[in-house]
Order: sequence, then structure tokens, then C-alpha cells
Amino acid sequence: MRKAGLAFTLCLALVLGSPCAPAGAQEATPDPYAQLASPHFDAIIAGIEALGRSGDDKALATLQALGAHKLMAGSEGVYIHAGTGLVDARTGQQNADIDPASLHPVRVNNRVRLVLATARAELLLAQGSRAEKHDALSRMLTHPDASMLPALDHASADPANKSLRSEFEAARAAILLSPGAPPVALNEQLTAVSAIKKTGGLGARSLLTRAAALEALAPQTREAAKKAVASIDFRLRLWSYAQDLFYGVSLSSVLLLSAMGLAITFGVMGVINMAHGELMMVGAYTTFVVERLIASYIPALSPFSLILALPAAFVVSGGLGILIERGVIRFLYGRPLETLLASWGVSLILQQAVRSVFGPSNVAVTTPGWLGGAFALGGLEITTVRLAIFLFAIAVMAALMLVLRRTPLGLHMRAVTQNRRMAALMGIRTARIDALTFGLGSGIAGLAGVAVSQIDNVSPNLGQGYIIDSFLVVVFGGVGNLWGSLAAALALGLGGKGLEPLIGAVSGKILLLVLVILFIQRHPRGMFPMRGRGIES
Amino acid sequence: MTSLPPVSRRAFARFTLAASAAMLAGTGRARAAAPSGEPIKIGILHSLSGTLAISEATLKDVMLMLVDIQNRKGGLLGRPIEPVVVDPASNWPLFAEKARQLLSVDKVASVFGCWTSVSRKSVLPVFEELNGILFYPVQYEGQECSRNVFYTGAAPNQQAIPAVDYLMSEDGGGARRFALIGTDYVYPRTTNQILQAYLKSKGVADSDIMVNYTPFGQSDWQTIVSQVKAFGSAGKKTAVISTINGDANVPFYKELGAQGITATDIPVMAFSVGEEELAGMDTKPLVGQLAAWNYFESIDTPANKAFIADWHKFTRNPKRTTNDPMEAHYIGFNLWVQAVEKAGTTDHDKVIAAMVGLRQPNLTGGIAQVLPNHHITKPVYIGEIQDDGQFNVVWQTPHEVPGQAWSPYVPETAHLTGDWTAPINCGNYDTQKKACLGSRHA
Repeated sequence: MRKAGLAFTLCLALVLGSPCAPAGAQEATPDPYAQLASPHFDAIIAGIEALGRSGDDKALATLQALGAHKLMAGSEGVYIHAGTGLVDARTGQQNADIDPASLHPVRVNNRVRLVLATARAELLLAQGSRAEKHDALSRMLTHPDASMLPALDHASADPANKSLRSEFEAARAAILLSPGAPPVALNEQLTAVSAIKKTGGLGARSLLTRAAALEALAPQTREAAKKAVASIDFRLRLWSYAQDLFYGVSLSSVLLLSAMGLAITFGVMGVINMAHGELMMVGAYTTFVVERLIASYIPALSPFSLILALPAAFVVSGGLGILIERGVIRFLYGRPLETLLASWGVSLILQQAVRSVFGPSNVAVTTPGWLGGAFALGGLEITTVRLAIFLFAIAVMAALMLVLRRTPLGLHMRAVTQNRRMAALMGIRTARIDALTFGLGSGIAGLAGVAVSQIDNVSPNLGQGYIIDSFLVVVFGGVGNLWGSLAAALALGLGGKGLEPLIGAVSGKILLLVLVILFIQRHPRGMFPMRGRGIES
Repeated sequence: MTSLPPVSRRAFARFTLAASAAMLAGTGRARAAAPSGEPIKIGILHSLSGTLAISEATLKDVMLMLVDIQNRKGGLLGRPIEPVVVDPASNWPLFAEKARQLLSVDKVASVFGCWTSVSRKSVLPVFEELNGILFYPVQYEGQECSRNVFYTGAAPNQQAIPAVDYLMSEDGGGARRFALIGTDYVYPRTTNQILQAYLKSKGVADSDIMVNYTPFGQSDWQTIVSQVKAFGSAGKKTAVISTINGDANVPFYKELGAQGITATDIPVMAFSVGEEELAGMDTKPLVGQLAAWNYFESIDTPANKAFIADWHKFTRNPKRTTNDPMEAHYIGFNLWVQAVEKAGTTDHDKVIAAMVGLRQPNLTGGIAQVLPNHHITKPVYIGEIQDDGQFNVVWQTPHEVPGQAWSPYVPETAHLTGDWTAPINCGNYDTQKKACLGSRHA
């Protein structure tokens, strides 16, 4: 019934092009290339499976094109979108007289993608390079399919593949433990269990859990699988503590990065700067603009646009900060309530300005390839972008320390904040230092914006999500103390990520805030209060 | 513009002043063939500032477009329609206040508005007290059936339940283990309650369901994504059902990409991610992730093409996307126009009575019919995210699904039904006790 329907729809798909007379012949051995052009997923999957079994190099090219969204379906077959034009997938010939407008992409869904990856692995195992074979085998290890066993055994007998022996064994073991596998002797099953156990990690856990519930396997094998799962679980639990630690450190680094600018403007200068979050937002939008400009004018530099965005964001946000200080804040020193309201007003102006220029929706900032993905470190999974943000936070902190401790500007800044009158009497131009200090804090907010654009959405509301946390870090750590901000960011980050697996994200956040309130009640000036004569006033 | 002779600044200012004066003097005079008479006012209650502006401002624009089109067609009952736009600023009490203003000061014939369930819940008493009419265009958690509201968005059985059916089907990967991840507020909590009951009725064990809530605007998803990954390593096909709200979606999807979870391994089915949200994302790592809606911009029908063309013309922006709640407003507005024409008046009681049973073609080739429970019939589509930021429809229901106000999968509401026609005339009628439990669910 289903087959007949399939043939009928194929016929429908072909009706515009060729006459449907040979439908009967098609029903006997459906042409896989024609099947790919079908509007029905069942037919497309059957076509892919047939191509995978064919072992043909044109089949591989076709499937690669499908994976890269470059396979177009027409009324008479499928065509590969090559750089120069359309290539008939079946013959490999250039086809000039087909109208590209009459074609549509081959339909794909997740089930098709899964079958496609399996078929591609099967073909690559026979025809690919060593690296491709390696990828194909790891694919088979994580997604074993009993139908692959003949191809696997055939390839593993090839002496050229000797260097991949352990990968072959693991893939074979995974297939033997999956549903539909041919029955093998008990000791071969047990060897398979221990081979999979050796690969470790979540993938092995998944395979073995499934094997433990598989009726087709011997009871001893299932018992062994169960034990292996328990031992993997134990190991994973130990690693998960280290993983939580990494998450905590990573969250701390984001908090520190977003709070560092505020630690200067609020902590050092005492300005309650409600526009701090918006300065971060401006930094994030600068990243977006730089990325766009580079993509359209110097595409060769595209992968490094993020790095080029760093100085740009520092300059834009810093310059904006100096403008805000000269235009608004400087008239309001010593009047914290007015400063709060004025800077809040500035934050609304900035939000609305960005909304008018870039629109209210999020803008897409891409993550460059070298920052994407993750790598394993033992049982730890380290996401590259988080690691980069962590290192970046440390670098910014170190640079800031250096500026404050080792440069004349830093000396003047500290002098002005500790005793403004005395500093003025010593000949320091306090107004200029104020502007530069505010600019420095704003510029660092801009840098934080660049980092945040990689993990959060870049929208006019971006700053709103960070302003509260930033103030929390600065106040909790002790106003005016950078080390205090570092300690507070670590405490909040590690505390938050430590509580989250135990009591959930919502309750964890509540509990953490309650603890901070209790602490601030006891120590109103934070963990590391500044001491000194100038501070008391 | 370039072909015009240069205009002095003063002349230009005079021209703008005159133009704005003409606009202020009333839309009626500006167009020759325009309808005349006292305008029919309708209220537009969507946030234009604050956190929800990102989603709601678009709905205000689409309403203005619909009114404009209707006025060009000759208005309603020969009278022009005049939109009254208010800004509740993403603030719940302000929603109620502005609703009261629209109903008692501006005396609008009907109101189109609200976004989150909290905003709807806060205006509900106002509409019931003053006997107004509200068209609510967003998918919601159900468990409500007010006489004064027409729910043109999806009820759970028009989005959530078919989406789960798809995930459990062969095409959807045959998922047997589900992680329900949501933002902590009324819509995800109620939807997940219904989904849990539904999954259990389908034989999914308690241990195969994971539920997790996060605060609004969650930006650090590391722990939760790694928990999902571990949850998915139990040897059964696992799927995520996401009721994560608006802005928090971007960091969530970015973290999925960073931790290497692809749609073929653990598909994520989202109920709040549409074309508008995808506009801010790099969708390459998301290809194949799913969303369930009653409308997608990519659906190729003449009605949809015309709607998108109108939208681009009205906004003068050929890149503006369309989305599901916009279609809901399109349906709701046209149904209201039909009802007023049928009743011959804008009187609230008569319009409400005229609404039930009306049919309006939707944008995807089907028919939206108003049901006695004030919900409508809608087709359900499952779309996969493409690398161009659009959705590709991979599955759809064979017919339109009638909206259910009360979920049959929640024991307390299993035998409730809403029917605002005679003789029942009740939003929560208990079919077992044969009694009405009062106008609204407590």
C-alpha cells in the first residue's frame, strides 16, 4: 500500500517533466536519484540508504552535496549546485539547459540528516582519507547501526586501515551491543562491553544503558553492561564536581568583566552610574558593526573581526563615557541622587537611540570558528568561548591593575579619589582626571560588551541584564577595591553554580541573594572595605 | 526625492507643519473616497517600551496596517475605523489601567492586545467588569474561557500536544525521554503540567521526564545544558521541549551550539521562538531545531504572499519578518469586522453573540472558525530552523484543530467545557455535575 502510494507520488513529482509510463519499472527497483527528488521523506530516506549501499563515488558526491545544502531537486532528478553551474548528480555531467528557477532544494528533516550521516560514514569508510575514515568510525561508535556491520568488517580487513584498529574495534563493539545486531558468542559480547566502557563518557554511558535493557543479549552481558554504567556514573559524578567548578569560574569571569568598569566609575569615583549596562550594550553593538564592516570590505579578516572589535569597542564606549562625564556627570559630583537619576536618563536615551538605529530586535553577532565548539579535558568539557572569556577577564584585570599601579594616570586617579583637594593643590588637573577615569571605566564596560556578545543576545535591553549583577559585585566586594570585586565575582559565580545543580536556578538565585543581604547587613561596606582618611567623607 | 528642486529649510518646515496639521485634522479629510461619519474606535493595547516592546511593537504595526487596509476598502458600516494606541510599557498594572481607559474613556468597540499571560490575566477583570471585547493573539496555556475574550492564538492542544506527538513519531525521531525546560512563569508552568500529564498518558515514565525552570532573562545556561546532555545519555531518544521566553533563547541556543548538541541527537522543540527571535541569531548551529506554530512566514500560499507584500509596503522595509501572532491578529481583526457587519452595530453584547460560528480564511490556506468557547480552529505546523533564519515546514496536521479551553489531561479540568452559546452560556461548565462553576476559573 505504502509502496504503491510512493510510486504514485513519484509519478506526481515527475508528471511535469517526463511521462509516467515507466512507473511500473520504477516500482521494481526505484532509482535512488529520482527518490531524492521526492517530496516525501520516506522516499528520500530510501534513496539515501540505497546510495549509501551502492559504494559509488558519485553517490558520495551527491550525499556530500546534500549535507552542504547544495543538492537541488528537479522534475527529472537531482542536481549539484557547483560553483560553475548545475551538475547532474547521476552522471556527473554539467547540465546547462536546466532552468535553476524550476529547481527546489531536496527536502531534509532530522530523520533524513541522521540517515544521511550514516550513509555518508559508510561510503567514507570505503573511499575516504584516513581522517575521514576516523570521523566515520567515531560516527559509527556514537550512532551504531546493525546494517553497517558488513561494510565495517570489509573495511577493517583492508591492511591499509591497520592504524585505525582500535577505532574499528570500538565501532564494531558498539554495533554488536545495539538493537538488531547479529547474535555473537558470549565472550565476544563481554569484550564489546569492556571495549565500550574504555571509551568512557556520556556516549559510552548511553550505549551501555541501552545494552543493559536489550533482550537479545545474554543475561551476563546485560549484567556486565549495568556494572559498567555504574562505574562510568561514578567517574562522571566526580568529574561533574570539577565541571561545576569550571562553570562557576566561567560565570565569575563574566560577572567580573561586567563589574570591572563599574568598579572604576562607581567604586573609585563614587558615581552611581546607571548607564553602565548601556555602555556594555554599545560595546556589543560596536562588535556587530565592526563585524559587518569587515565582512563587506575586508572579508579576508572576517575570522578576526572579534579581535579588531576590542579596541574599537574600548574607544567607542570610552569616548561615550567621556562625553557623558563632561556633559552630565561633572555638574553633579557630590549629589548621588541626582547622578543616579541623570545617568538613568542617559541609559534610557542610549537604549532608545540604539533601538531607533538598529531596530528593537536582536542583531546577530557570529561566533568565529576558532571560538566555537568545545574540547574534552579528561572528563571535563571545556567550551572554547567560555575559556576565552575567562582568560580575557584575567587579562583585562591585570591590565587595569597595571594602569592603576604603574602609570602616572593611575597615580593621579588614585590621588584624586583619595583626596581631591590635596591632589588639586599638588597641581593635578582633577577635572581632566575625572573625565579620563570615567572614560577608562566606560571603555572597560565596552570590552565586557564585546565578550558578552558571544554568549548573550545583542539587543537594546542587553545592559539591563547586567546592571544589577554589576552593582551587586561591586558593593558586595567592597566599594573602591578591585580585589574585592574579584573576590565577590568568584563568590557569587561559584556560589550560584554550586547551588544550581542542588536546588535549581530559581531557588539558587534567591538563596544567594538572601545570603548577600545578610552579609551586607553585617558588613555594610562589603568584603574588603577601603580604609583611609579621604574615604570617610 | 532627488528629482525635486532644492527646498529652503523654512519652506520645508512650513510644508511639514502643514502636513502634520492636515494629519491631525483627521484622516477622513485626507482621502477622497474615504468613509465618512463618526469613526469606530478600536483599542490597541501593546507595549511599545520596556522588555516586551521587542515582540509587541510589531503587533501594533500590523494592527495599524489592518485598519488602514479596511479603511481603504470603505471602512466598517460606512464609517472609518480609528485606532487608539496606548502603551502599557511592559508593566502589568499599567495594562489594567490602560484597558480601563480604553473602555471607559475612549469607549472603544473592541481591543486588540496583550502578550504574556500575566498581562492578559491582569486586564481580564477590567474587561469582564466593563463588558469589553479583547482579541488575544498569542499562544497560551489554556485553562481559561472568558466571555469577553476571543483567543486567536493557540491553545495547548493546538501547539504543545501536536508538537509532542511529532517528537514521538518516526519522523520526529521517536523520542521517549523529554526534558521540559522553561522560564519560571505561568505559561511554561501550566503548559508543562499539561504536557507531563499527556506524556504519562502515552506511557512515558516519570524518570524519563525532566523539568527545569529558570528566571526571566537567564543568560548562563552552562549547567542546564550539561544536565540535558547527561539526561540524554540514557540510551533512549531524548528531546527537549522549550518554553523559554523571548530573550533568554539566544544564550540558550548559543550554549547548545557551544556544547555541541545538534538537532539530530537531541532536538529542541520551542513554543516561543519565531521568525522575529531568529532574526538575532546566527542560525547555522541551530539547523534542524524545531518550533511548533500555526503559521510560518515561509508557507507558500497566495494569501500569505499578499499579506507579506502588504506588510513590506506598509512598513517600507522589505526585510521585516512576519510571525504567528501577526497572523492571529489578521484573523481576529477580520472576524471582528465580519461580526460587526453581521450584527449591524458595534454593541458589545451583539458583536459577541455574532462572533460564534463565523469563518475567516487564514493565511495558510485553511479556515479559522470561531468556536462556542471563543477559541478558533487552527492548523498546526512543525518547522525546522534553516540556515537563512526561516522555518521549513516538515509536518502539519491534516485538518484545522479546534482549540480546547480546558485541558482534558489535567484532572481538575478534564470534565470542564466552555460554551458561550445558549443554553449553556458558561465558560466553565462541568459536564458531570451539569452545572456552571461561575464565569471564570478561579
